[in-house]
Amino acid sequence: MRDAFTRALMREAATNPRLTLITGDLGFGVLKPFWETYPKQFINAGIAEQSMTGMAAGLAMTGRTVLTYSIGNFPTMRCLEQIRNDCAYHGASVKIVCVGGGFVYGSLGMSHHATEDMAVMRALPGLMVFAPGDPAEVEAILPVMLRIPGTCYLRLGRGGEPTLHKEPIGHWTLPEALTLREGTDVAILSAGGILTQTMEAAEILAEKGISAKIISFPCVKPIDEEKIKELVTRFRHIVTVEEHTIVGGFGSAVCEAAAELGTGCRIHRIGMEDVYSAIVGTQQYLREHYEMDAKSIAERTEKWLNQP
Amino acid sequence: MTELSYTERIHAGFPPEGPDTADPKVLAWLIRRHGLEMTHLSRGSHIGSVFSLAEIMAVLYTRVLNVRPYEPRWPERDRLILSKGHAGAAAYAALAERGFFPVEELKNHYANGSRLSGHVSHKRIPGVEVSTGSLGHGLSVGTGMALGAKMDGLSWRVYTILGDGECDEGAVWEAALQARQYGLDNLTAVVDWNHMQSLDFCENTLALEPFADKWRAFGWNVIEVDGHDTEALTAAFEKAKNHKGSPSVILAHTVKGKGVSFMENNILWHYRTPQGEEYEAALRELEAQRP
Repeated sequence: MRDAFTRALMREAATNPRLTLITGDLGFGVLKPFWETYPKQFINAGIAEQSMTGMAAGLAMTGRTVLTYSIGNFPTMRCLEQIRNDCAYHGASVKIVCVGGGFVYGSLGMSHHATEDMAVMRALPGLMVFAPGDPAEVEAILPVMLRIPGTCYLRLGRGGEPTLHKEPIGHWTLPEALTLREGTDVAILSAGGILTQTMEAAEILAEKGISAKIISFPCVKPIDEEKIKELVTRFRHIVTVEEHTIVGGFGSAVCEAAAELGTGCRIHRIGMEDVYSAIVGTQQYLREHYEMDAKSIAERTEKWLNQP
Repeated sequence: MTELSYTERIHAGFPPEGPDTADPKVLAWLIRRHGLEMTHLSRGSHIGSVFSLAEIMAVLYTRVLNVRPYEPRWPERDRLILSKGHAGAAAYAALAERGFFPVEELKNHYANGSRLSGHVSHKRIPGVEVSTGSLGHGLSVGTGMALGAKMDGLSWRVYTILGDGECDEGAVWEAALQARQYGLDNLTAVVDWNHMQSLDFCENTLALEPFADKWRAFGWNVIEVDGHDTEALTAAFEKAKNHKGSPSVILAHTVKGKGVSFMENNILWHYRTPQGEEYEAALRELEAQRP
């Protein structure tokens, strides 16, 4: 996803000299092609996320689209008030980019686990939240996000994720949710790179004769309410999956939209259960530990479907 | 006999055509007079900070800032960010007296439904660039603006006013590093150096001394000045404008509560609102200083 981001961003920078990328001294292997090609549109703000974000607001006020870039929680929580007061309140065109949403930096420890970022960003008025599920989604949403006048948050995964969309996404319209697999027994919804796990879970469920529809929500706020309306009408069970706390994040967003519709559909949330992860391990190891890997998703879904 | 309007009461004693707000001494007096009245009417706080800042604000709006009251979003205007947003009354008073919006509206400071919030706000208020209130934000935003202007080869300048207490905030020093790194000589910070913060003297809270040396060590061009001397301030701003290669900071030696004897250097007047006999006494002292 990181490389898809840089590729898509470079395409934009080629035609938009007002696009400026600021990093908080991170992204050596990721942003290098950008800073070599567009040195005048690149700034290293140093290890100073608060001032980086305030500066981004100021730069945006000079008629630029400004991206701030860092990893994990650094571009969001470290500078939350700058995002709220300086960027979002002023409607500044600042796009906050996080690489390493969820457990990407699993072995580095709790400080590097971005597991509340979507909830925190979603709470800020006017701020849009994007969490693409694969590199194709990154390339589809980036041009749209960059043209939104206000402040946005883009949550990326790592490098090297597979492209899961078999067909090109083409022109993406905000806040469209994307169906990757049709199914009739259950709908499994996700936001972000955990999409690899829901896709694989669908395979496991299929072997057991359960047909799962897989939908990715690259935009968490605003959320595709039309799609949720359609799903809660059609399905008796919906499962939401996020590499993130189930408090206030993607699953919560789906529940909020669905609750207002008042259908009998049950929504089951998979994610972190209001805990900090103190476990050391790879991304996949931690997904397994917190029961959000493909096998766990399939097992939990099956169990829920069999409930009376 | 009809009751005088807010504006008529404040302007009483000036010639019939109104006060000469292009004179920094007149504007500074008006900022204090409004500051007293606004905090009195609203039972608001921060009068000490408003008084501390009066000459700095007055010199900026009479002799320094290239701004157009009737075209507040003029692209080539200089930008001012009041990072110590709690002194918002000083900014509102200066803007109103310089014609950005009606003076009469100042009576609505803090009021229900008013656009004049206690901490300075850009929403619907012509002439305010950036909303502040949480300390330690303004210098970063100003750094971004100045960097943007430099990248575009534009000649407008950026001014950011900080409190000395505000310099407790780490983000101030992040911005200080960045502004120096990018050689932002189009950025001038002004520190309202009154030696007091919310609960106590700075020295007893987080000592800032050697304060000027700190800024020098961060690579800034440091200009020290009497922050209540309008001529000295004018010269300091001129020096900052002429300095090339690095950002400038004007360390303005000020007195919190300046202009009213019992408020000066008295920590009470960070939060206390002037009412009753204290209001009357402050008014008498200000009237005696009318330029």
